[in-house]
Amino acid sequence: MPSLKDLRNRIASVKATQKITKAMQMVAAAKLRRAQAAAEAARPYAERMETVLANLGAGVSGSSAPRLIAGTGQDKVHLLVVCTAERGLCGAFNSSIARLARDKALALKAEGKTVKIICVGKKGYDLLRRQFEKDIIELIDLRGFKQVGYVNAEAIAQNILAGFANGEFDVATLFFSKFKSVIAQIPTAQRIIPAEIPATTAASTQAVYDYEPDEGEILETLLPRNLTVQVLRAILENAASEQGARMSAMDSATRNAGEMIKKQTQLYNRSRQAMITKELIEIISGAEAL
Amino acid sequence: MAQTFKFELVSPERILFSGDAISVIVPSVEGEMTILAGHAPLVATLKAGIVFVQTTDNNGKEFFVNGGLAEVNASTTTILAEQGRFIEDVNASVLEQEIVTAETRLAATQDEAEKKRLHDVLVQLREFKHVFEQRRAA
Repeated sequence: MPSLKDLRNRIASVKATQKITKAMQMVAAAKLRRAQAAAEAARPYAERMETVLANLGAGVSGSSAPRLIAGTGQDKVHLLVVCTAERGLCGAFNSSIARLARDKALALKAEGKTVKIICVGKKGYDLLRRQFEKDIIELIDLRGFKQVGYVNAEAIAQNILAGFANGEFDVATLFFSKFKSVIAQIPTAQRIIPAEIPATTAASTQAVYDYEPDEGEILETLLPRNLTVQVLRAILENAASEQGARMSAMDSATRNAGEMIKKQTQLYNRSRQAMITKELIEIISGAEAL
Repeated sequence: MAQTFKFELVSPERILFSGDAISVIVPSVEGEMTILAGHAPLVATLKAGIVFVQTTDNNGKEFFVNGGLAEVNASTTTILAEQGRFIEDVNASVLEQEIVTAETRLAATQDEAEKKRLHDVLVQLREFKHVFEQRRAA
C-alpha cells in the first residue's frame, strides 16, 4: 500500500506530464495549420506538372524516350528514398512509413535484388538502421532548416539524379505519408524513376502541340524538375502528416493522463479517509479501555 | 470586350495567379511572345523575365519568373514557374541573390550538361537584371 505522500507525488508527476502533452498538442495544432497550407499550396503545381507530363509523355515512346521515363532497362538495384520526421512522439507516423519501406526492402531482397536506402529524416534512419545498416547509403538531415522548401527538395533530387546518372541504381521509389486528414495519414510508396506517367484521361485532350525549343529538350529539363517537385511534395505532405499525427497522439496522451489523475485522486482520497477512520477507532477504543 | 481565356501561373510554393486574361506575354527562351485566346497548343520553356497578364482592357499584372514552362492548350494556359514572384516584391537585391545562388551552384557542379544549363540561367539572369535596372531608371 503506497503512502499518502507517494500518491501525492504520483499525481503531481502525472499532472506535469499532462501539461507537457497538452502544450505539445497545441504547438502541433498551430504548426499543422501552416504545414497543411503549404502542402495544399504545392499541390496545384504538382498536378499541372503531371498533366503536362502526361501530354508530353504520350508523344514519346519506345527507345527514343529519355532514360528517366524508360528506365535503364534493368531491374536489379532498387533505391528507396524514405522520408520521415526528424522528431518522435507522433504516434505511429514514423514507424508506419518505416514498416512500409522495410516490407518493400525485404520483398526485394527475397527476389535477389540489391537494395539501397536514402533516409530523409533521422527517425527513419533510427528505425531502419538495425536491419539495413549496410544498405543505407545516406542520411539527409533537415533538422537545421526551419521552413523546408524548394531548395531542399532540389538538393535531394539532384542527389538522386546524380546517382542515377552514375548508374548506381535502376529503380527509385519514394516513401512518405500522404496527408489525408488530421486523423488519417496514409503511408505511400511512389515510384519516381522511371517516372510514372499517368495515362491521359481523355483522347480529346490529345491536341497536337507546338514545341519551343523541341520536344526532347523540353522533356529533358522537365523530368528532373518533376523529380524535384515530387520530392518537395513528399516532404510537404510529410510535414503536415507529422504534425497531424503528433496532434492526435498528444491529444490521446492528454486524455489518458487525465484519466490517470482521476483514478489516482480517488485512490488518494480513499486511503486518506481510511486512515482517519482507523485513527478514530484507535482513539475511541483507547478511551473505552480506560 | 476582347475575348478572354483561363490563365494560371503556379510556382512550386503557391498559385500566383488564376483567372481570366485577355493576353499574356511570356519570356520564352526563343524570345518574348504574346498569347491570345485561341492560340495554337504550345509547350515552351521560359527564361528569367517578366510575365505580363492583361486582365481587362486597361489593367494588367506583372510577375517575375526565373525559368519555367508554359503550356497552352485549347481551354487554358498554364505557366509552371520555377520561381515566381509579384513584380512588386522584386528588387535589385533579390536579383543579385539569385545570381549569387546560380554562381555558387555553377562552381559546385561537376556535370557538364548541368554546367551548361546553369551558365545559360546565369546569362539570362544578368540580362534580365540589366533590363530591370533600365526600367527602373526610366
